[in-house]
Amino acid sequence: MNKNNPFNNKRNLKSYLLKNGKVINPKTKKIEKKDVLIENKVISSIEKNISMNSEKIEIINCENLYVSPGFVDMRVNLGEPGLEHKETIESACMAAASGGITSMICMPNTSPTIDQPAIIQSIQRKAREVALSKVFCTGCITRESKGEEISELQLMYESGAVGFTDGNKSVSNARVMRRALNYVKSFDGLVIQHAEEPELSFGGDVNESEVSTRMGLMGIPSYTEAMIVERDLWLVKDTNCRYHVSHISTKETVEIIRNAKKKGMPITCDTAPPYFLLNELSLENYRTFSKLSPPLRSEDDRKEIIKGLFDGTIDAIVSDHTPQDQDAKRIPFKQAEFGGVGLETLLPMTLSLVKNEKLDLVKAISLITKNPSDILGLNLGKIETGCDADLAIFNLEKPWKIKPENFFSKSKNSPFDGILVEGLNLITFVRGKLVFKF
Amino acid sequence: MKEENKLKSYPHKHLLGIEGLLPDTINFLLNLSQKFASYLNKNGKKLNYLKNKTCINLFFENSTRTRTSFELAGKKLGADMLNISVGTSSIKKGETLIDTAMTLNAMQPDLIVVRHHDAGAVKLLSEKVNCGVINAGDGPHEHPTQALLDALTILSRKKSISGLKIAICGDIMHSRVARSNIHLLNTLGAEVRVIGPATLMPKDIESLGVKVFYKMKDGLKNVDIIIMLRLQLERMSGSFVPSVREYFRFYGIDREKLKYAQSDALILHPGPMNRGVEIDSELADDLDRSAIFEQVRMGVAVRMACLNALIKKD
Repeated sequence: MNKNNPFNNKRNLKSYLLKNGKVINPKTKKIEKKDVLIENKVISSIEKNISMNSEKIEIINCENLYVSPGFVDMRVNLGEPGLEHKETIESACMAAASGGITSMICMPNTSPTIDQPAIIQSIQRKAREVALSKVFCTGCITRESKGEEISELQLMYESGAVGFTDGNKSVSNARVMRRALNYVKSFDGLVIQHAEEPELSFGGDVNESEVSTRMGLMGIPSYTEAMIVERDLWLVKDTNCRYHVSHISTKETVEIIRNAKKKGMPITCDTAPPYFLLNELSLENYRTFSKLSPPLRSEDDRKEIIKGLFDGTIDAIVSDHTPQDQDAKRIPFKQAEFGGVGLETLLPMTLSLVKNEKLDLVKAISLITKNPSDILGLNLGKIETGCDADLAIFNLEKPWKIKPENFFSKSKNSPFDGILVEGLNLITFVRGKLVFKF
Repeated sequence: MKEENKLKSYPHKHLLGIEGLLPDTINFLLNLSQKFASYLNKNGKKLNYLKNKTCINLFFENSTRTRTSFELAGKKLGADMLNISVGTSSIKKGETLIDTAMTLNAMQPDLIVVRHHDAGAVKLLSEKVNCGVINAGDGPHEHPTQALLDALTILSRKKSISGLKIAICGDIMHSRVARSNIHLLNTLGAEVRVIGPATLMPKDIESLGVKVFYKMKDGLKNVDIIIMLRLQLERMSGSFVPSVREYFRFYGIDREKLKYAQSDALILHPGPMNRGVEIDSELADDLDRSAIFEQVRMGVAVRMACLNALIKKD
């Protein structure tokens, strides 16, 4: 990758004309060869054969490339404040921009946790300075994400919180969860759950199965996820509040959510690439980069996650970007931290569903654009006249090898280390500004 | 062992576990162990096979018998043995496992014997050093020399492992001894059973090639060998079992339960024993039925064989 500063965060009001790209429109579900004109931060025209003769306009030839709405990543751990040795807002925004992600929704389990408006404001201020990607915050459901008392949800909502979650922890207390769901109803807030029954998963490092038994590792039963979702569905039924389950990983969870959706309940969910591309066999040789939360599951679970993505049970794909420094991963498996980086691999991993599983390209792109944006109620993931020019221009066929040492992210803990993929993001626009060029 | 072994030397760099070793490799180590065992029985004088070789015992977990056994084995072969235990080293001061490995590696030892409380930690260490590494126990994962010495003990009383019915009883879930024994005994053709309360059975243990029993009466039926496992007393607080007396009543081996097994069935225990928890005290001392002290003797022979096989590859 071109490391000679492929980024640009300078103010400029340049106009761009993207010529002859295949424009992916998740709303109309169409791919059409059109030109896209970007003027004054927004898309001013999408037509065939736009011709402009002005020196002020930079023409970018997009022949054989796809022009997509910029990607919206619903689950990112920024690392800042408090964990800057793993990731900073700046390094995360660079990683996002290079991967075509134009909007990141960050998790609140920073240090301190995002449980009051001031922290949201400070993150947003920093993100505006970096100016490479849009950054949105979620707030903790409970103070310090301890699971005991609800935090200042509505104040955080006013300051821009787009959802509420305890990040990598489950709200395990049913009474607290019920209150939270009820409370956010007055302002139509969104509750996002990491589903894992904490008492049952306590001390576990990997999925409980033959693999954990052979390796002598303590297991986390796969139903710990489904049982929290099932419990929450009673609360959703009672409160009728919107409810989103993040990074689902098991067959049972897919089945439960599929049924709940059939009944018309206000439930949505997402998954992350490791859960449809890898299974627990990736733990071989005690690979700590494969230690994730939720843990990598069985092959049956992986197949059902793919089914869920096909039939619409799963609404979105998130990167689940969880940077961990070397000291958190180059240690014995039991002591190693959970999580893997994902911002720079979200696009090729999503496209693998198109290549390997024959998922429709527009549908695949919708999973990382329109769908997450709709769940969050944001005006993103679109490509139409008048909306912010947040765009990703990518080559669908380009093969490349995932080399974390080339990542812009500060941390290199990718579960996909060394894998060959196809599909590379080449150019990223945020609010009409060309922020990344390969 | 009647059949002549084809292997001339141990074919791997390390001994990290039994899983994946071929029968020939296991038999090679057992044959060599038998030679050392009979040598120890005859006069047991110090040999000079490993003269000028240095071996480090690196123990992150307390251990008396395994560490002493390796130390004695090394000394019998003439090697220089170094003991590092966690209490006195910089590991307590926060040094990472990889840094420890690289520091020790710089001292150019010929072999490192490691025990660690985490599964996979010995493998991680082995990737960072140039010399061979023996796993002396990594969390609940494997303890290969224990399985070898158990096999050697069995072979001192039985003609062959193949065809024997062997029951492993107790806390299978947390036991590296159980895992290594299952792999070894299965590889050599025994019929392996595991017996214990369901709370101490790991998920899908059947897939390792064992039959699962929850009652001693059923599991011990016609068995030739009974391997009792130590029950850690902290299992009570974890609600795995309610009390010592309830555990002993249903899973402790005593003369009554021993009647279900073959009349000449032999009891093994990796030690240290909890008398009155998993084994009846008087039975433990019965040298006809219990081979517990013989196991300790065999342990030295097995470790001599492993040290010799890994250091002297030519």
